[in-house]
Amino acid sequence: MEREVAKPSAGTTIVRMGAIGIIVLAVVGVFLSLGAWFSPHKLTPARFTDAFQEINGVHPGFRRNHGKGVDVTGFFDSNGQGARLSKAQVFTGGRFAVIGRFSLGSGQPYVADAPDTARGLGLLFRLPDGEEWRTAMVNLPVFVVTGPQGFYDLMMASRPDPATGKPDPGKMAAFFGSHPETVQAFNVIKSHPISSGFENSTFNSLNAFRFIDANGNSTPVRWSLVPLQPFAPVAAAGADQGDKNYLFDALIASIHQHPLQWRLLITVGQPGDPTDNATVPWPEGREQVDVGTLTLDQIESDDTGVAREINFDPLILPAGISPSDDPLLSARSAVYSQSFTRRAGEAKEPSAVTPSEVQK
Amino acid sequence: MSSEKTTERQFPSSMRFLHWLMAALVLAMLCIGVSMVASLADYHTLVSIHRPLGTLILILVVIRFVNRLLSNVPPLPPDFPSRERLVAAASEVLLYTLLFVIPLVGWAMLSAAGYPIVLFGSVHLFHILPRNLMLYAFLRKTHTILAYLLFIAFVAHFSAVLFHTWVMRDGLFERMAPWRVRAR
Repeated sequence: MEREVAKPSAGTTIVRMGAIGIIVLAVVGVFLSLGAWFSPHKLTPARFTDAFQEINGVHPGFRRNHGKGVDVTGFFDSNGQGARLSKAQVFTGGRFAVIGRFSLGSGQPYVADAPDTARGLGLLFRLPDGEEWRTAMVNLPVFVVTGPQGFYDLMMASRPDPATGKPDPGKMAAFFGSHPETVQAFNVIKSHPISSGFENSTFNSLNAFRFIDANGNSTPVRWSLVPLQPFAPVAAAGADQGDKNYLFDALIASIHQHPLQWRLLITVGQPGDPTDNATVPWPEGREQVDVGTLTLDQIESDDTGVAREINFDPLILPAGISPSDDPLLSARSAVYSQSFTRRAGEAKEPSAVTPSEVQK
Repeated sequence: MSSEKTTERQFPSSMRFLHWLMAALVLAMLCIGVSMVASLADYHTLVSIHRPLGTLILILVVIRFVNRLLSNVPPLPPDFPSRERLVAAASEVLLYTLLFVIPLVGWAMLSAAGYPIVLFGSVHLFHILPRNLMLYAFLRKTHTILAYLLFIAFVAHFSAVLFHTWVMRDGLFERMAPWRVRAR
């Protein structure tokens, strides 16, 4: 059979070509707009990470936040008590290898240790069959903002004024005026005494998560690492004796003396406890389940330690632990990943806490 | 193309099925990929879809390639210029290559980063490279560049088919039409 199709006239051809052009442009436009090509003010992971670099400068090979740190390894002895809340292998009992990193919450990897700088502890639990649980914890009882935009705005408001070296008080006042939740969070933080060092700090998950048990039941939880090392109040001003790494050096000395230990406590949320707002503590008296003991017994410089190569993305979770509806979680995951990708491609400069310092 | 003896105008139904299934999946994948790297709020949800979907596409493209080798391919429209035949053949090779290489680079890059490659629950892919951050950074960039190249190749493919269908009206589209077109 021969099906003769009349070739369209020149006019029709132009109209059809035009229609094709419009359709193709629309497809390309939709695609690029999904990638925020046309919204230069949208807060993306890349722009968020740019802000860290703008404020702190670019320090090749370092994390864009929590740049100063030391690497540790050890193990977690699970006592099996967590198994009723979560089916995760880490709670079934037994010993699991752990890689960790203590850090200071600053984008400047050579910042001098200071008692009121947030202290971080990133952990990676190695579970059977290649599963992992990673968590990035801080010694604050609550977080200071509810979402990524708040964090970005606070970072911009508290950015040091080049003239004075201090944040612009006007900008800070304006931020606090529009963020009462941050004022409240700072009040909670101030009511918790700061400990003398990393080794006797309590580290908190900050964000809520959900534990999923073997039957699929979901429980809102937060977790804390509570030190077995006795609490000592923060040292008086001048205790650093000019040592810019005095907090890290104390940690190194302490871990060389004896392994450091923390109990992992799971706080069980009740219906109505907010899971999407990290600035608000849960009411006192919530059930706490002691699920095991973390022991850290080896320490290395960030230049040589294995934790240097790890992104402590809080959403790398084993089956049995799920994210909550806290908007900070996805944002943290996205920005950590961006920071990791950038530093992965850079030759790293030497760390503030050097390999020889860690031997002492 | 050993189809002299057949008057079949269409690709076999298995090839057409795989083409349209993968078209939908790959377009969704491109949109998810470009969105997730620009999103804070939806990043985690989109990445959680991106990994298993990429794995599925990698499996499907292997099946499709084998199926392509085993199938009779219908001839191009009779008055197709030889230069365009070359372009059509080259673009088919390019599309197959990208559909295979992009997910493979994704898998390799997550391996080099030392990330557990979770598909769902506790099911995850094994690593195909040892941990190497520099290599990860290179592969991560490559993944993006190749994905944009795939999008450009898709736009070219899509534009060319629209052109043949609406302007040339040579029945090219019917070869791959999801519905049955009678042989003539």
